[in-house]
Amino acid sequence: MSLKENSVQPDASRWGLVRRGISSGGGSRLLWTVVALLVILLVNRAISPTFFDLRLVNDRLIGSTINILDNAAPFVLLAIGMTLVIATKGIDLSVGAVMAISAATAVMLIRNYEAGATEFYYQPGFVMLIALAVGAICGLWNGLLVAFFNLQPIIATLILMVAGRGVAQLITNGQSPTFTDETLAFIGRGVVFGVPFPVFLAIGVLIVVTLLVRRTALGLFIEAVGVNDRASYYTGLQASLIKLSVYMLSGVLAALAGLIVAGEVKSADPHTAGLYSELDAILAVVIGGTSLLGGRFYLAQSALGVLIIQALLVGLYVSSLHPTTNLVVKAIVVLAVLLLQSPEFRQFATQPFRRTT
Amino acid sequence: MVMQGQDKTPLLEVRGLTKTFPSTVALAGVDFTLHRGDVHVLVGENGAGKSTLIKVITGVYQKDAGSIVLDGKSINPQSPKHAQDLGISTVYQEVNLIPTLSVAENIFLGRQPMRFGMIDMKTANRRAKQLLLDFGVDIDVTRNLSAYSVAIQQIVAVVRGVDLSAKVLILDEPTSSLDRPEVEMLFSVIQSLKQRGIGIILITHFLDQVYEIGDRITVLRNGHKVGEHQLSELSRVQLITEMLGKELSHENGVGKAKSNQVFANPFLSVKGFARRGEVEPFNLDIQPGEIVGLAGLLGSGRTEVAHLIFGIEQNDGGDAYVNGQPVKLSSPRKAIQQGFGLCPEDRKVEGIFAELSVRENIILALQAKMGWFNTLSRSKQDALADEMIKALSIATSSADKPIKELSGGNQQKVILARWLISNPDLLILDEPTRGIDVGAHAEIVQIIKKLAQQGKAMLIISSELAEVVDYSDRVVIMRDRKKVGELEGEDINETTIMKAIAAH
Repeated sequence: MSLKENSVQPDASRWGLVRRGISSGGGSRLLWTVVALLVILLVNRAISPTFFDLRLVNDRLIGSTINILDNAAPFVLLAIGMTLVIATKGIDLSVGAVMAISAATAVMLIRNYEAGATEFYYQPGFVMLIALAVGAICGLWNGLLVAFFNLQPIIATLILMVAGRGVAQLITNGQSPTFTDETLAFIGRGVVFGVPFPVFLAIGVLIVVTLLVRRTALGLFIEAVGVNDRASYYTGLQASLIKLSVYMLSGVLAALAGLIVAGEVKSADPHTAGLYSELDAILAVVIGGTSLLGGRFYLAQSALGVLIIQALLVGLYVSSLHPTTNLVVKAIVVLAVLLLQSPEFRQFATQPFRRTT
Repeated sequence: MVMQGQDKTPLLEVRGLTKTFPSTVALAGVDFTLHRGDVHVLVGENGAGKSTLIKVITGVYQKDAGSIVLDGKSINPQSPKHAQDLGISTVYQEVNLIPTLSVAENIFLGRQPMRFGMIDMKTANRRAKQLLLDFGVDIDVTRNLSAYSVAIQQIVAVVRGVDLSAKVLILDEPTSSLDRPEVEMLFSVIQSLKQRGIGIILITHFLDQVYEIGDRITVLRNGHKVGEHQLSELSRVQLITEMLGKELSHENGVGKAKSNQVFANPFLSVKGFARRGEVEPFNLDIQPGEIVGLAGLLGSGRTEVAHLIFGIEQNDGGDAYVNGQPVKLSSPRKAIQQGFGLCPEDRKVEGIFAELSVRENIILALQAKMGWFNTLSRSKQDALADEMIKALSIATSSADKPIKELSGGNQQKVILARWLISNPDLLILDEPTRGIDVGAHAEIVQIIKKLAQQGKAMLIISSELAEVVDYSDRVVIMRDRKKVGELEGEDINETTIMKAIAAH
């Protein structure tokens, strides 16, 4: 198959065949994603010689690589939910707002607990469950709009993206309340075996969700709905329920990310918690190779996409570049990563170096 | 054919028109002649070339060879706008006007009468009113177009087209969503257009309407013109014979041997099944091991029957019984739970999951039936896929190849395999052999027969009469969204089927 295609290429030198042979394999995108991550890490190392150094301070590992993992954790959670939503040909713009709602809910309830209030008094563990349930309700709302009322996903979730921050502000009365409870704080700043707890949380969720979708038929159903909605209806799949459940999962994971952020700073700021994080989550999914047109999805690669973005941000932080250049540099590097993954661009870029005989 | 002493020069004369697409010849040297004041009907089954012919005449496609002469002048329309400027207007089934503008604005859109640099709505309204009155339609032209029925909207589109100084008006299935009084209103408009000497090309699937309004008819099949007739001299049976490409034998042909099977109680029985605007009430019984063919022209309601039974569309009248028990067939999922399966007509849009592998395409229906948690193991999936690839001789290098890389015939076999592994009691096949090569065609017919021998009830829609005669134990005839008859055993041959389709 691929040989035949190549033979009609005018520039199909032996080199071209080898290159295209590699790139036509299923794992090629994964390969280039890993390469991009390594390149960014090595550039970081070149800029800052101590980049890979790790120190143990008070039973806690300190170093840039740990910072990358710690910063990545909430985004990995968002990216997992986003990957599944995108696989059904949808999108979830509301995750940042859901983070804010969840953080606001948890912090307000934990303040009740700390003050020993007479009503809405719950133990910290239950408070977290309530916050996750609120996330599930947000996802249910999105899912109902998309799956049962046939609103376009980008519009359906835009509604909650805008309204959600308002809801979070209502919950906190427009304030940024703080708390001291260590149980809730642990979710964001706890340390286990020297490594921040959110890292374990993200890895754990990644494994559980991967098993859930790949060891059952759920993953196949999600892909089928994303590839051909109509055919999946004709085949007896409950496309609406499948869509509803991925939006709900996305809501729950966003709520969990909101708890991490709240725990980290021991407060909930409804204006800034999770602000623009939906965009980074979408970016990570795309870098990971899941198409916005739906269908095939790659959870682990979405997590790699998050690491690329975070490695870049931490790199910018340790470099001596002025912070005002951060956004532009980030955009340039992300563009470079996406181009690196494009077979068309690689062909275009390597053209001058190929033998033409 | 005979030119019926037409002494006038034709209004539109198409000669040797050829249009080729990368994989098919859509039009092969087609001639078409339209006279002033004639309604010339264009008929043909799917893929006959009707829409390609229209699209070349209206400048959507560019011709590869041949000539188009309008009013004695050779023309070569480059775009629909160009064709319209030349005097060729088209009214599509889906009216392409702007529903939120008024009737008058729609009629004069892009050429509004101006006064002092402003749009002169008063004049526009008055002239629009008059234009419509000329056709005997008296409506408030200042109201939004969307306030009116599809029929009125179509008439507005006609009026707009004609007012753009049209010489030729093309009506593409204008009546398919209209009820009878609306059809009559449209036909009276067409009559007055005829009197003005406008030539009308009408595309329709409704035989009764062909005879009611048409003067001449051109039959296309597989990109060729197979006949041109004065409708007053053409019998219905002759027409259908030409459309389906079959010879009518006088001795009624050899009927098939009566099937020896002793039928038990019907597996599926529907009584008075109907959906307004799509299928009129019909009864149908299918026994286990019986093959029921569903014959009729395109648009006769064949696919709609399949969709009703499979729950894709919901019936608004009648009852269904499976093994004598009443059932609700309200969704494909419900139908599948009753043991039904359906291979849809439009394989690409409704059948295959293009990016998914052959294996995944095969196991999906079974897995959907089992639920997401009760997962088929990978080894079980491989075994099922390999078994089916072998049993149906599906040509693929691997079960993990994306199905989009397979040929049409092999894709069809994969969809058959999808249902076979879920072991259905009733299999509905909508045009199972369309667009696939001869070899795969024969294989699929063999599979159909084998499945019936295994005791499955089969309901098969096909435009290929020879095929229908070959495998059917019983043939249900559809015409104009009605079940109009049933043929059984020895009575089934191509001639009887065509006569039944034509009868009125």
